[in-house]
Amino acid sequence: MLTPILAVIVRDLRLALRRRADIASVLFFFIIVVSLFPLGIGPEPEQLRKLAPGVLWVAALLATMLSLPRLFSDDHRDGTLEQLALTPQPLGLIVLGKVCAHWLISGLPLTLLAPVLGIQFDLSGDALWILSCSLLIGTPALSGIGAIGAALTLGVRGSGVLVSLLILPLYIPVLIFGAGAVDATLTGTGAQAHLSLLAALALAGVFFAPWPTAAALRIALE
Amino acid sequence: MLETSNLECIRGDRRLFAGVGFRLEDGELLYLQGTNGSGKTSLLRMLCGLLPAAAGEILWRGQPIGKLGEDYRRELCFLGHHNAIKEELTPLENLMTSAVLADDPLEEGQALDALELLGLAGREDLACRYLSQGQKRRVALARLVNERRPLWLLDEPFVALDAAAVEQVARLIGAHLQRGGLAVLTTHQPVEIAAGAVRQLVLTPGTT
Repeated sequence: MLTPILAVIVRDLRLALRRRADIASVLFFFIIVVSLFPLGIGPEPEQLRKLAPGVLWVAALLATMLSLPRLFSDDHRDGTLEQLALTPQPLGLIVLGKVCAHWLISGLPLTLLAPVLGIQFDLSGDALWILSCSLLIGTPALSGIGAIGAALTLGVRGSGVLVSLLILPLYIPVLIFGAGAVDATLTGTGAQAHLSLLAALALAGVFFAPWPTAAALRIALE
Repeated sequence: MLETSNLECIRGDRRLFAGVGFRLEDGELLYLQGTNGSGKTSLLRMLCGLLPAAAGEILWRGQPIGKLGEDYRRELCFLGHHNAIKEELTPLENLMTSAVLADDPLEEGQALDALELLGLAGREDLACRYLSQGQKRRVALARLVNERRPLWLLDEPFVALDAAAVEQVARLIGAHLQRGGLAVLTTHQPVEIAAGAVRQLVLTPGTT
């Protein structure tokens, strides 16, 4: 059962490494959006600290959105999606592989960058640590849920906008608990509860989302 | 054995064909013919199970393909109108990856031999984006060399190929039929394939 998942991950990572501009554009978008806030708001440390969790998390959501339309569209255009749908494995497992690869390409780099960018907001070491943890736990959910939207809008004109309208509302719980975890650390109430709920969302997102995604892909292939 | 009865295809508001039925025994070849837009590709996609038929049924060894599901997909090799190769990967990587995903992994030596047979020796490490149309088609067709699944569904396999490659692919299909395999293909080119029995099905627009 693991072979097809691993094969898809290896394939997608190899493709991503040959097309580094795609990864770089997502990361630069994240860096620039986050860096605009301290410039626009001014250097008041108290205010920046208060804004930091929300700004970093919203920027992470938007950066993930940016990479979603390409999740299936390239495979759809060159016919590989048809071949993936005709393999003897359940399509859901293949989608799970694509979701994992998407996280490794977008979620993981965002997580690694976030603490560096958090310094601009004068966050304490503790808060930076919780910020990284919350992104590490929360970004898989973004990839999983996003895959549903990417599959539903496959082959539709202007799918980039449509995918945002479909998926951003579904990201709200992840945003609330993710930013809430960092906020709770800043106010000293402890982030454990937020992180547990975030982990629950991530598990549900990664392991349940591939099946509706697979169903949507089969419809798109008709 | 592949058997269909009374197949109907509706795309949008238009009925492409209706009442299509045929029966294909082991070792037989079916040529699908028809004008552009007569529904050849749609019929092939129906036979794969990608496109649901508006009416009628498709039986593989006596059982409906929808019910067989993964067991049917394990018996099937489909080559679509798109090449299904990744431009960023080399021919060798494309071939090996598609073999792993199809759950029929190839040794590197086998893959290299297959590419050489299709005249791609010396190109196996070049990204597919630098290859010509015909060479890309050859990469896609290299899958057939080690393909031992009984049912081949090929959509315009000879398009963009030169005469030598057409002959090579015809030989591959012929060998597959000799082994007792079945093949359904659409083509506009008359190609000699050494097969036990060749059937033809002509799709005419608005068949009722």
